[in-house]
Amino acid sequence: MIEYLHSVTLQEDKCVGCTDCIKRCPTEAIRVRHGKAKIIDERCIDCGLCIKVCRNRAKKAMTDKLDCLSEYKYKVAIPAPTLYAQFKDIYDVNVILTGLKQLGFDEVFEVSRAAEIVTEESKKLLKSSNLKKPVISSACPVIIRLIQIRFPELIEHILPVISPMEVAARIVKNDLIKRGIDEKDIGVFFISPCAAKATNARNPIGIEKSHVDKVLSIKEVYKKLAGTLKRLDKIENLRTSSYDGIRWAMSGGEGKGLEIDNFIAVDGIENVIKVLEEVENGKLVNVDFIEGLACTGGCLGGPLTVENSFVAKNKLKKVLKNTLEEKAGDCANLHTEDITLFWNKEVLSKPVMSLDEDMNIAIKKMEELERIYEQLPQIDCGSCGAPNCWALAEDIVRNNANIEDCIFMLRKKVREMAEDMVALAQKIPASLNNKDF
Amino acid sequence: MKLNFEVDGDDFLLAGEASSQVKKVLKQLGVASDIIRRIAIAMYEAEINMVLHANGGMVDVDISPEKIYIVFQDTGPGIEDIELAMQEGYSTASDKIRELGFGAGMGLPNMKRYSDDLKITSELGKGTKVEIIVYLNREGD
Repeated sequence: MIEYLHSVTLQEDKCVGCTDCIKRCPTEAIRVRHGKAKIIDERCIDCGLCIKVCRNRAKKAMTDKLDCLSEYKYKVAIPAPTLYAQFKDIYDVNVILTGLKQLGFDEVFEVSRAAEIVTEESKKLLKSSNLKKPVISSACPVIIRLIQIRFPELIEHILPVISPMEVAARIVKNDLIKRGIDEKDIGVFFISPCAAKATNARNPIGIEKSHVDKVLSIKEVYKKLAGTLKRLDKIENLRTSSYDGIRWAMSGGEGKGLEIDNFIAVDGIENVIKVLEEVENGKLVNVDFIEGLACTGGCLGGPLTVENSFVAKNKLKKVLKNTLEEKAGDCANLHTEDITLFWNKEVLSKPVMSLDEDMNIAIKKMEELERIYEQLPQIDCGSCGAPNCWALAEDIVRNNANIEDCIFMLRKKVREMAEDMVALAQKIPASLNNKDF
Repeated sequence: MKLNFEVDGDDFLLAGEASSQVKKVLKQLGVASDIIRRIAIAMYEAEINMVLHANGGMVDVDISPEKIYIVFQDTGPGIEDIELAMQEGYSTASDKIRELGFGAGMGLPNMKRYSDDLKITSELGKGTKVEIIVYLNREGD
């Protein structure tokens, strides 16, 4: 079976072959080939930045459709708290959850409730464990993938707890099975702001198998849900999560819940990379915890959301204020004692940047790479289809590109050839009479 | 293979560029991550030192399958007492530098801790040369 590596895909007909996405990709995973963007599968970490920057909306995430509901007898929605910050003038979580049920779900269980459980476990782990400092949050799947590829030595810093999405799915399935429902009839649907979560449901990190069956993007449910919310006659009391759980949707939410002061909350993948570089340089050993989220503003800035990250933050604050005024309902069927909350599969590094397994060959290739790079114009224009001149040199060394892919090098060669031809044309064989030619 | 860098003495907030570049190269060469980390820390400390004390300098990196050899050469004030400078907590950094969060006196001790070999030669008024070696396959020893 081919490993499922990422959910971000290209809609070829919409791609015009510009350089917007290749230049922004944090793992240099995109090249333009034959006028279309091509994703290098093993390098893509599903950050979704290319989805956000594409002016033609040619990038999307492979998620499921609402029609999938018919595949299961018993359907449960597990919404990410980011969903609560998408609607106009609706700040009551119960309204949104009631609306979700009306889309055809039998039950809803909030990922933010599961987040509260994760917070409690994380607190214990942080106090007791001998994890390497600073401990890095495992909440954002993009950051874990980034660490696997770019910062492999930081894997042992990652907090080995499963994500709130996974905890929620496990709680739901465990409870329903206890209530006598056949496991194969249960469909757990994660309502997601995040492309990487869709990948995690198919190919999880740190665990063997995900309990999430389908992933619906917030965009997918938004239209139908927004309409439904206006037509509700009776609001059910469904909210069981509180302030601390819902706050996970924004940057700093997880960290604040842990009740430690000495933590860094960093959002936006480029910023997270800078902080991880500092960890790598040994500069942050005095920090207890790092919450790194790939999207601007945290999950609120996810590529599959409807609302702009900053507006969503304003809305989430109103939702949070609301939850303070009204107590959350009880949740009797958690049975967390039955559920494993920790990773049980080793998270491995992915040396996809390596030039060759044999270091002697890798060094030779690197020397060649440097030699090629020196010839290139070093203006990182992207016209060759690689994000920068270094990446083109790398592609050439890996036999995935030619130096003539660089338009400046091509022009230089054409000019040299033209000069040669002119020089040749002026040469007259000695046997011939000059006047004739 | 060899890499050369010039460390700019004016902007210490940018110090670490050379170690960042070397890290990137070592990752592409498939060097083990714990070794990359040791080199990153040692290099970063040496780079910061050159910026704080010597107004920058040159870094030469020589990478072979056996070892990584790094030379930091500056034309700064030199180190008066190397033995003293090697002590944890000892620093000649000015108050201004300390205010910026540097000068904890851990630079040279960290370089020693994270490298396999550290050699410092210094002449007052002329400059300092720091040589660091990290072996890539040390398990057999």
